[in-house]
Amino acid sequence: MITIKNLHASIDGKEILKGLNLEVKAGEIHAIMGPNGAGKSTLASVLAGREEYEITSGEINFDGADLLEMSPEDRAREGLFLAFQYPIEIPGVSNVNFLRTALNEIREYKGKEAISAKDFMALVREKSAIVELDAKLASRSVNEGFSGGEKKRNEIFQMAMLAPKLAILDETDSGLDIDALRIVASGVNKLKSSENATIVITHYQRLLDYIVPDFVHVLYDGKIVKSGTKELALELEEKGYDWIKAEVENN
Amino acid sequence: MSTPLSTTKLAKFTTALIPTSLTFSQDVIEDALAQLNSSEFPTTRNEQWKYTRVGKIAAIEPQIKTEYTRKLPKYSIAENAVTFVFENGIFRSDLSYGEVINGVTIKPLTACTAAELASVGQLAKNEGNVFNSMNSAYASDGIYVHIAPNTHVQKKIQIIQILTGNQTVANSRNYLFCDKFSTAELIFGAFSYEATNSFNNVVTEIFVEENANLTIDKIQYEEAGNYTIATENVQQAKDSTFTINTLTLNGTLVRNNLTINVAGTNCTTNLNGAYLLKENQHVDNHTVVDHLAPHCNSNELYKGVIDDKATAVFNGKVFVRKDAQKINAFQSNGNVLLSDNAAVNSKPELEIYADDVKCSHGSTTGQLDEEAVFYLRARGLSEKSARHLMVSAFIGDVLEKIESEEVMAFTQKILQERFGWEF
Repeated sequence: MITIKNLHASIDGKEILKGLNLEVKAGEIHAIMGPNGAGKSTLASVLAGREEYEITSGEINFDGADLLEMSPEDRAREGLFLAFQYPIEIPGVSNVNFLRTALNEIREYKGKEAISAKDFMALVREKSAIVELDAKLASRSVNEGFSGGEKKRNEIFQMAMLAPKLAILDETDSGLDIDALRIVASGVNKLKSSENATIVITHYQRLLDYIVPDFVHVLYDGKIVKSGTKELALELEEKGYDWIKAEVENN
Repeated sequence: MSTPLSTTKLAKFTTALIPTSLTFSQDVIEDALAQLNSSEFPTTRNEQWKYTRVGKIAAIEPQIKTEYTRKLPKYSIAENAVTFVFENGIFRSDLSYGEVINGVTIKPLTACTAAELASVGQLAKNEGNVFNSMNSAYASDGIYVHIAPNTHVQKKIQIIQILTGNQTVANSRNYLFCDKFSTAELIFGAFSYEATNSFNNVVTEIFVEENANLTIDKIQYEEAGNYTIATENVQQAKDSTFTINTLTLNGTLVRNNLTINVAGTNCTTNLNGAYLLKENQHVDNHTVVDHLAPHCNSNELYKGVIDDKATAVFNGKVFVRKDAQKINAFQSNGNVLLSDNAAVNSKPELEIYADDVKCSHGSTTGQLDEEAVFYLRARGLSEKSARHLMVSAFIGDVLEKIESEEVMAFTQKILQERFGWEF
C-alpha cells in the first residue's frame, strides 16, 4: 500500500524526519508511537501534502505512484485520508455540502459520474450512524461549535464517506473521554477491510486497546527506531520512552 | 442658465450639462445652482471622500443627448416585473413594459406635476454635496413611484438604468413614496452597454410612511471603465420596515451614499451589502442610519471580497439621538482580501446620545484561512473549489438575506460568469 524509504523532511531549515522507513500493506493496522517532538505529526503532515515541509530526500510509493509528486487533493483522490489532530472550523461551509463536492471531485478524477442527491443523503445517513454523529451535526458548518469529541467523530465520519485506501489517524484519541474514544475506535474498526490500511499515530497506548494494531513502531528523533507487535505498546506504556532513548544512544 | 463666472473644473463640467426641465421646486434648483457656483469637485482632503478620488469623473467632457432610439439588448433581473427602462437618465418607453398595478402610480418624472414633485429635495440635501446639487440642477428624468395606502403590491417592479456612449453624464432622480400600510418590493438594476468613461449620478428619495414595508434590491453591474455615484435618502415613519440590499458586481468606480432617517418609533431597518471586486475596481459604501426615535431595530451587514488591485471602502455611521431610547442597532463589516494588492478601508462609527440602547459594531478584514483551504484539499477538493467554497460561505451571509428568488438567480449567474463562483 505505502512504502516510505529514507524520508528526510524539514521545516524552516530544521530537519524533523531523518531517514524514516516504513512499509504498510493492505489489511494492516500500524501504530506509530513516540515521545513529543519525535516527528509523529510531521510524518502525518508530509503524507497529506502540507506545503510548509520540505522533503530533502527519500521517496514515498503509494500504491505504485510517487506520492511526493502529488498535490494534497490528488493524494486524497488516490485514497489517502488524514484525520486531523486539530480539525479546522470552517464557518459557513456546510459539512455535507463540502463532502458532496469532495466526493464528486474524487469521482470525477476516477472518471465516474457524480453521485445523485438521493444516494448521497442515503450515504450520509448510513455513515453518520457508524460514528453516532447526529444528522444535525452532519449538516452544520464544518466543525463550527463542535465539542472536541464531535470534531474527532466528524473526522471519522468524513473518512467513512470517502472510504480511503489508507487512513492516517493523527492523535485522534487525544482529548477524548472514554465514551468518545470507544465510538471513534469502533467506527475505525467497522471501516477496516482487507483492502485498506490504517496508520494510527498516538501518544497513548489506551487507543490501542480499542484499535488493535498489527505492528507498533516507535518514532524517535525523526526515525523509526524500534518495531514490534502490540506488546511493544504495553511495554512503552509501562516503561515510558527513556529506555528506547538509551538504546538508541548506545548504538 | 447664466454663464458661471468662476472657472472651476466643476463649472466647466456643468456648463456642458442641460439644466433640468423637471417640475422641481424653484427653490431647490436655485439652491443647487448656488451650491455648485461656490463649490469644486471633492478631493481626498474632504473627510467624506478621503479614500475615493473623483478625478476620473471630473475629467470627463460631458456628451449630452436628449433622445435615444438605438435598439439595446434586453436588461432584466426579474422577468415578469413591471419594467421601466432609462438610458442615460432618459426614459425609454419603447423598452419599458408591464401592466398597470392597482394603487400604484409609476411614471417617469417628466410626466409628473409640480405638486407630485413638491417634496423632491427634502431628503437629499444640496448643501455641501456637489453630486446632489448637480443632480437637482441637471436631472434629466427618473422614476416616480407612489404606492397608495393599504396597497400590497404583489407584482415586482424593476427600474433598469443603462449607461451608453463615451463620456456620457447621466443625472437621474428617483422619487418613491410608500403610503401608510402599503407593502412593495422594488428592484433597481444599473447596467451599461458599450459605455466608456461615462458617469451615472443617481439620487433617490424614499419615503416609507406609517406601517409601510418597502424592500429594495439594488444591483450594480456596469462595465469596467464607468463610474457611478448612487445616493439614497430614506425617511421612515413609525412602525415601518425598510430593507435595502446593495449588490455591487462590477463598475470601475462605484460610490454608494445610503442615508436612512429613522424618524418614527418601532421601525425596523435592514441594510445589507455585498461587493465583489477584482481588477482595478474601487467600490465605496457610505451608510448612515440615524435613529431619531425610540424602540427601533436596525441591522447592517456589509461584506466584500476583494481581488487583484481592487479597493473597497466602507464607512458606516450609526447615530442614536438623545431621545431614541431602547434602540437595538447592529452593524458589521467583513472583508476578505484575495490578493496582496487588494485593499480595504473600513470605518465603522457609532455615535450614541441616548443611555438605554443596545448597539454593536465591528469590522474585520483578512485573507482566506489557509489552514481551512488545506483541510478541504486534504478531502479531495481542488484548490480552486476549496477557495470558492470559502468565499461563497463568507459572502453567503449577505446573499441569504435576499428574499427575491429572481434577484438571487441573477446574482448567481453573474458571479458564475464573472468570477466562476457557484453558490
